[in-house]
This record gives sequence, structure tokens and C-alpha cells, in this order.
Amino acid sequence: MAFDDLYQEIILDHAKHPRNKENLDFISDDEVHENPTCGDSVKLAVDFSQDGKLERVRFDGDGCAISTSSASMMTEIVEGKSKEEVLKMIKSFILIMRNESESSLDDFGDLIALEGVIKYPLRVKCATLPWHALEDLLA
Amino acid sequence: MVAEWIFANGKSVGEIREDFPILQTKLTLVDHDDPIDLVYLDTAATAQKPLKVIQAEARYYREQNANIHRALHTLGETATALYEGSRDKVQAFINAEHRHEIIFTRNTTESINLVASSFGRSFGPEDEILLTEMEHHSNLVPWQLLSEQTGCKLKFIPISPGGELELEKLDELLTNKTALVGVVHISNIFGTVNDIEQIISKAHSMDIPVLIDGAQSSPHMAIDVQQLDCDFFAFSSHKLYGPMGIGILYGKEKLLEKMPPYMGGGDMIRSVKLTGSTWNDLPWKFEAGTPNVGGVAGFGAAIDYIKELSFDSICEYENMLTEYARKSLSGIKNIKIYGPSGHRAGVFSFTHNDLHPHDMAQFLDRYGIAVRAGHHCAQPAMRKLKVSSMARASLAFYNTRSEIDFLVEKIIAAGEYFNNGI
Repeated sequence: MAFDDLYQEIILDHAKHPRNKENLDFISDDEVHENPTCGDSVKLAVDFSQDGKLERVRFDGDGCAISTSSASMMTEIVEGKSKEEVLKMIKSFILIMRNESESSLDDFGDLIALEGVIKYPLRVKCATLPWHALEDLLA
Repeated sequence: MVAEWIFANGKSVGEIREDFPILQTKLTLVDHDDPIDLVYLDTAATAQKPLKVIQAEARYYREQNANIHRALHTLGETATALYEGSRDKVQAFINAEHRHEIIFTRNTTESINLVASSFGRSFGPEDEILLTEMEHHSNLVPWQLLSEQTGCKLKFIPISPGGELELEKLDELLTNKTALVGVVHISNIFGTVNDIEQIISKAHSMDIPVLIDGAQSSPHMAIDVQQLDCDFFAFSSHKLYGPMGIGILYGKEKLLEKMPPYMGGGDMIRSVKLTGSTWNDLPWKFEAGTPNVGGVAGFGAAIDYIKELSFDSICEYENMLTEYARKSLSGIKNIKIYGPSGHRAGVFSFTHNDLHPHDMAQFLDRYGIAVRAGHHCAQPAMRKLKVSSMARASLAFYNTRSEIDFLVEKIIAAGEYFNNGI
């Protein structure tokens, strides 16, 4: 059933208990990424290690189960990776979610749970919102 | 009870539903084997269309299509008569004094933009426009654009946490600088029926014109623009069971006469020279280019349909259904309903403690229930209430109590799914 594909257990778990979600009130509202069609928002804080890798990514915001779980899983998978690696991942993730890529989410760990979203074009933006935010922050 | 309810045209709710082909069709969901019934609770976004409307628009293209106001052939005369005949129907529908006070646009948004661009063209930095904090973006952004162009200032009547206008502040907000008041008649988020009579009377005591956004009110109550005495009234066909792409601007003759054209082109001119032109009479001065004649014909049929049902009968049924929905929804655990607790329209925005409105809407969609989720094109009001998103169920006379019962059942199920699914 597509609906259960959309809301797999791992998505509900990350939505209910998001990892690396913290109050980031110190970041100005101008830095918030919003989905203009629904009002969902996300902001990110990235700590870099001395060798320039992403040591820790934290997020804050208000979103549905899809965007919250996507943000939560994203903060986990990018940890310890270089900026270049992460930018490549972001591009690839966004294309896969838009169904514009031959690749799958096989290399994206738990994020493979988001593959069910591809069938719901209106929800793809929910899944990609935090990734667009990270791309803008790193670019 | 509902089954026994009979509308003024002698039809039951079940028979009324048969007038709407889409309510008879089955919905095919993604990866869902069996098509299911549609439970349409998103009329505030757009209303479904009765067969007569669909037939009128189709008939126009099959039998009556020609350009209007220029062709001398029979078909051209038929099309022109159809288009202008619908204008007469709109005039009667809102009881305007003159037929040339009815201008066809594309939608409510364009009607308001017309007033902002044309009536607002003479505004300057000393002028103020008074709006409210519950406006739809369509009655906010055109004025922001005008403010950027002319320097005029925007002021707002605040809203209370209960989604009502704080009209006790009206006296201090209306000043001798106020050039126009723009206010929504019925809120598309809260279902609040604003006391526009009081606003109009106070504004008029200071000679300030008032524009009413009637997109949500015109489908659910009889509008009499002469009795209201508003200066502009904007609404849309598609929320009134008519086709999309047709909006209406009512304006008082004396204001429309003085206003410069909004768009230039064919049909809006009297005489064109390379060095300049003179303008056509009202209403055509504001109707540049070939209009959506088929849509206007369809809208005429929608007005006929509503008249047959009668607003007395529509209001009585919808009020009953609204009260039933309010009671049923407010009984659900973990649900917060926004808007007034007393008299209100059948628009219910709500949030659930345990799940996001998108996930709620997605869950309901699984059962064929169509509700809206998001910011409802009213972000400032949402921000004021510190909510980024709400789900919204909105009603029409084709909805039933059993649909509301089904909605309640599935809202409860959604809460359980998202809690137990872990």
C-alpha cells in the first residue's frame, strides 16, 4: 500500500524523535528556508572541523513528517563528509527525489525510506527542503 | 434530518449531489486498487460544478463560439448576447444599480489588482490604505505593490487570537489620510463573518471608500451591494460553482467613471490614433482584449443554479451543517479549531497535537477526503497566531452529515496511526 510506503516506520521514528534538532533561535529569520506552497520552514547550523569537514549539522524548524525526517536523516548522513562530497550528495538526492535520475537512494542509508515519496510529486518538495537549505549554506 | 432536508427547488441533498458529476465519479489513488468515493471538503479553495454549468460552457464552444462586440454575423450576435446576458444576471445577483457597474476579470485577485492599479494610481505618500491582518494574499500584495510605487502607507486592523477583527481599534485607525479601506467579508482561514456593515458605515462617515473581498462570502450568502453600500466588491465564479478564470469586480459608477483604464488593448477603446486613444464606456473600458466568453456563459448558468436553490435554503442547510461540524470537530481529542466559536461560516481550520497538517491531509486523502493543508494564502494571520500550517475542511450545500462523521472518524484514526506507527 503506497501510503505505508510513504510513511515507513523509520520516517515516523525520525519525525517523532528528530536527531540533531535544536533550538536555533540565534540564527536570524532571514536565513530560514521556506517552502512557499505550504509554509514549512527549516534553518541549519553547520560546525566544520579543522580539516574542513562537516563535523555537526543541527536543524530547527517546523515541518511535516516527511520534511522533518528528511532533515533528521540528512544531518546524520553528512556528518564527517567534506563539503564537496556533501554538495555532490545533495545534487544527486534532489534529482532522485524529482524522479530525474537513473540512480536510487541505495547509497543514502536510512534515507532510502524516502523513496516512497517519489510517487507523490506534491510531497517531493517537503523531502528536498532541508537539502536545498544545506546546499545554499555550503555553496 | 439530512435525508429529509429539501431545498427550495424541491430536491433533497442526495438529488443535489447528483447534479454534480464529480461527486458521482470514483477517485483513483496512487497504488490503490479500488477506486473510492470522493469526500470533497475543499470548497473554500474551489467549488465543484453542477452539470448545467459544464453544459453551458460546452454548448458555447459547440454552438455559439464567436468573438463578441465586433462580429456582425449571427454567431457573433449570439455570443455577445450570451456574454452581456450573464452581466445582467450578475447585476441582479448582487443587486447592483447599473449593469455597467459589473466588470468581468479573471478572478478575485485580478479584480482587486484592477482597483489597486487604477483607483490607487493617484495615491501618494500622504495616503493610507487600511486593511486587516486576516486578508488573503490577494487583498494584501496588490496594495504592497502600490505602496512601493506610490509611497502610500498600509495600516492594518488587528485580529484577536480567536480570529476576529478588533473593531474597537477602528476609530483610531481611520484618519483623514485614509484613502481606502479593504476588508475580507468572510475569512478563508477562520470562517469569521466580518461586520463589514459597521466598517463601511464608519468609513463612509469620513468619505472613505471601501472595497470588500467577497470571494468566500458570495457563495454562501445573498449579497446586496446597494444595501451594503460598499464601493467595490470583488468575487470569483469558480468559488460560486461556476468555471475557473472568471472574476467579477463591482464598482460604484461614480468611482469607475473617474478611474483610468487598467489594461490597454482591443474593446476598451473608442478611437485609436497613433498619438493617443480615447476610452470606451463602462464596463468595457476595463475589459481589454477578448474575454473568456465560454466561462462567462458558464457563470451565468451557475447563477441560475444558485437562484433555483435559493440562498434562504442554502444558508439554512449550510448553517445547520456548519454547527454540526463545529460540534463534531471540537469533540475530537488533541485537535485545535481556529476561528470564532459563535456564528461562523463553514470553514474549519485545525491542527492536531501529534501530527503536522500535511501528514493529516495525506492521511485523509487515503480515504478520499479532500481537505486543504498549508498557510491558506494568509501568512501574516498565521504568523500572528504562531502557526505555520493548518489543515482546513470547508463545506458547501452538497456536503452531508455522514461526510462530516467520516471526516471525524478519520481524523481520530490519523492521530492513532502517527502515534502507534512507531
